[in-house]
Amino acid sequence: MSELIHFDQNTFVEALGAGGVVVVDFWATWCGPCRMIAPAIERLAEEFDGKATVGKVDVDQEGELAAAYGIMSIPCVIVFKDGQEFRRLVGAQPYSSFADLIRSALE
Amino acid sequence: MYDILILGAGPAGLSAAVAAQGRGKRCLVLSNPGTQNPLSKAPAIHNYLGLPGLSGGELMERFLRHALDMGAELRTGRALSAMALDEAFYLTVGSEVCQGRKLILAGGVQRGQKYPGEEALLGRGVSYCATCDGMLYRKKPVVVIGRAKDAPLEANYLREIGCQVTYLSPTQPVGLREDIPYLRAGCVSVLGENTVTGVEAEGAVLPCDGVFILRESVAPADLLPGLAVEDGYIAVNRRMETNLPGVYAAGDCTGKPLQIAKAVGEGLIAGEAAAEALEAENA
Repeated sequence: MSELIHFDQNTFVEALGAGGVVVVDFWATWCGPCRMIAPAIERLAEEFDGKATVGKVDVDQEGELAAAYGIMSIPCVIVFKDGQEFRRLVGAQPYSSFADLIRSALE
Repeated sequence: MYDILILGAGPAGLSAAVAAQGRGKRCLVLSNPGTQNPLSKAPAIHNYLGLPGLSGGELMERFLRHALDMGAELRTGRALSAMALDEAFYLTVGSEVCQGRKLILAGGVQRGQKYPGEEALLGRGVSYCATCDGMLYRKKPVVVIGRAKDAPLEANYLREIGCQVTYLSPTQPVGLREDIPYLRAGCVSVLGENTVTGVEAEGAVLPCDGVFILRESVAPADLLPGLAVEDGYIAVNRRMETNLPGVYAAGDCTGKPLQIAKAVGEGLIAGEAAAEALEAENA
């Protein structure tokens, strides 16, 4: 079912509450590196379909979420496990770094 | 999508472009904005074979014209980050994203070391990209450490979106808004445990939430996480291949001697090697 989700505050809280592994890419339209990794995030949603929920938060539209998670630099990908932050990766990273992190969260 | 993205319009990058265009490959050469290759300031070059006495500027002009005549495209902008995905490379230049099948790094040598605290607090208040992260610091105090010619423009941008900007640089900035306080400082360290709390400059502490460090170029290993570097230079083999598949490096960024002839030779090898790899994939 894991298509890439565009979270707002409500859907984000809902996804975290559902438990399991949730991957969130904090991004913005004006941010070049964020746009660069967009295809990688889409690929993650495909690869982890059914295993993890993968989505994005536009920090411009969801400023409160960005502030709540102390986002200081984007892109920032946070992996949550059972509602808790597992780890975050800041900046554009290779696809394998994101995938490996999700795999270790799924273990 | 380009066949080859080439980072740097110095002798190595342009030589790579000439070599690859000569083999029918479409190249995009990316070069820094508003800056000049240090070579262009050299009054005379005496050791480039067959062309002694030309100025650095003249040589650079010839190199560039040659690459453009061969059909290479040139784009100015600062490369911020790169990523490989599905046998393609994506490169962020400002807010644009360029795409190519191979990547040649020919950005020259980075001048100046990182500041104390910079590496540890990267992404935790330290940023290299005003347009990426500026909005996250609206209404907050930030320090811009300007080490690039266009850094004042980025500082102005941060001020315009509502950041409380203080500008630090070793020399008087050109084009900085008058309502941005400027402090002359060369010796700087970034302060903070988990996140940035301030900047120490020439013994004074400036409290702030964010530090934008704006250099002429982003260091190759920051551009491409995982890139192998030895003694500050990109590690390559005789084919100018780095440890990352599809990524080549040439010129000063691979090490000494920092000479035009060496850069041109390495650029040629990198251009040829990238072109050959593309041909092998298409075969």
